[in-house]
Amino acid sequence: MPAERLLPTTEAEDLLALTRELARDELAPLAAEYEQAERFPREQFRLLGASGLLGLPYAERWGGGELSYEVYLQVLEEIASAWMSVGVGLSVHTMSCFALAHYGTEQQRERWLPAMLGGDLLGAYALSETHAGSDAAALSTRARLDGDAYVVTGTKAWITHGGQADFYTTMVRTSDQPGGQGISCLLVDGSTPGLSAALPERKMGLTGSTTSQLLFDGARVETGRLLGDEGDGLKIALASLSSGRLGIAACSVGLAQAALDEAVAYAKGRTQFGRPIIEFQGLEFLLADMAAAVESSRATYLEAARRRDRGLPFQRQASIAKLIATDAAMKVTTDAVQVLGGAGYTRDFPVERYMREAKVPQIFEGTNQIQRMVIARELRNA
Amino acid sequence: MTNIVVLVKQVPDTYSERKLSDSDHTLDRESADAVIDEINERSVEEALKIKEAGEGEVTVLSVGPDRATDAIRKALSMGADKAIHVSDESLHGSDMVATAKVIAAALGKVDSYDLVIAGNEASDGRGGAIPAMLAELLGVPQLTHARQVTVEGTSIKVDRETEDGITHVEASLPAVVSVTEKINEPRYPSFKGIMAAKKKPVETLTVADLGVDAGEVGLGSAWSTVLEASPKPPRTAGQRVEDEGDGGSKVAEYLVGQKLI
Repeated sequence: MPAERLLPTTEAEDLLALTRELARDELAPLAAEYEQAERFPREQFRLLGASGLLGLPYAERWGGGELSYEVYLQVLEEIASAWMSVGVGLSVHTMSCFALAHYGTEQQRERWLPAMLGGDLLGAYALSETHAGSDAAALSTRARLDGDAYVVTGTKAWITHGGQADFYTTMVRTSDQPGGQGISCLLVDGSTPGLSAALPERKMGLTGSTTSQLLFDGARVETGRLLGDEGDGLKIALASLSSGRLGIAACSVGLAQAALDEAVAYAKGRTQFGRPIIEFQGLEFLLADMAAAVESSRATYLEAARRRDRGLPFQRQASIAKLIATDAAMKVTTDAVQVLGGAGYTRDFPVERYMREAKVPQIFEGTNQIQRMVIARELRNA
Repeated sequence: MTNIVVLVKQVPDTYSERKLSDSDHTLDRESADAVIDEINERSVEEALKIKEAGEGEVTVLSVGPDRATDAIRKALSMGADKAIHVSDESLHGSDMVATAKVIAAALGKVDSYDLVIAGNEASDGRGGAIPAMLAELLGVPQLTHARQVTVEGTSIKVDRETEDGITHVEASLPAVVSVTEKINEPRYPSFKGIMAAKKKPVETLTVADLGVDAGEVGLGSAWSTVLEASPKPPRTAGQRVEDEGDGGSKVAEYLVGQKLI
């Protein structure tokens, strides 16, 4: 059964109805084929853009939807439920607009934000490097001032939409000060000379979504593209992630919901010992636990979202939501394979793919170990 | 300037289980999700295309219970300009003759119209006669089963497709057109369209507002009565072929028996 939602307005209900229609008719039918072929769904992002879904939580005057996180995240969940790569891509795009929307000057926002939110462009977020993952402050991509531009050299790693994106919100080192102080945020145009993408990573899941290293070889980025001040980069990066990880929580709930729906449908149709297997308590309890995991994860991210919408601190709640929802998705998708048995282990059914896709949300946008550090730090400092 | 009225009907979602109520054999609207009929999304799309090619205004007209506002909002979010919603308890169980009368009366509330666009048949009742009845009542040409529509000045050309073939017909405006599922691919609304829809005017009217006598409509005045209804029997399991090395030929024999090969 589809997720039952309590939405605040009829516009939100209509938006979710539109999202479900797009997900059912335009995304779900293509997901398995594109993932198998490792094909990037660029056209599908354009469709979401034309429908106004690529700028939902940003201000209307910049072309956004001025939508609450409470509703935006539920849109995201529905998209991810139909196709996880597109859900994650939408979340990453939305996060990549955060730095300009919240830290850009009026002039910068006027110049670039409408196009970034307008639907034609796709964004990416470049923080990690091979030696700087959880320890993001160790990044070493260097931007040296040369006249009216920064000359950027270095390699960013694990970039979702690497080589596909039209702009990259990129964290670079603008001074030799150690740690976070020397880090700054640049809004880099995807067509900047000296910027290229390495071959895509060969991943376990989310194979339709391109992930690659991003190579900066003396790329000139005009100083007007510095977001915030020099040295603000790490702060901007972490603020982006606090909101971004709510998106990952929502995507993971969507993925788990898809696995649950598939498992329930199969368990109703599959007969053993003369009865549908859903009537056996061994499976019934497994399915009930899966439903409990999905719905409690949804409640957890919605709680964090409502705090964010009211302007309350939400970092701890966002980390809890990301931790709970991604661990739940891993368990629910694994159990969905169990419900389908041998069939679930084959590529004729989607649940083995869901299980592969559930792994990386436990890793990206802050590993679940980092989430625990964030949660514990708040407990310590309270 | 082409003023277009699009007739929109809310129907039970074809994805859900549809049934008639036990008490009076009318549609059980509570048992299924209600959506705008798919053919009406195409009707709205055609109206918007005509409007966008020139100038004009698109008015949505729907006769249905209160929750038909959902279907109306969908049409408005696609880009229609305003709506008229005829909602009245007395309409429950109306047949096509009464429905056509009510629609004709409601069209009298529109300032002026050049074109009425309807779907060729609704996916619930499947009567398929409303567009023709309406054209008769209005005394205007009817161009039904259109797979292509061209408006040129004050005339309209339509490719009319039926099982017998394609007929090219032409009429002067105003006229009633009904479209088939081949007419176009409807657009999706956008979030901006959804937000804009809530600010568009929707006029809600009763049959009394239309000057129609409530006694002329509804189940009691219908010219025909449903005496009995039973659901379609479930699909039978089919014929099972045990493969004892000759499964292929047995399947072929079955297909030959059915005159399929």
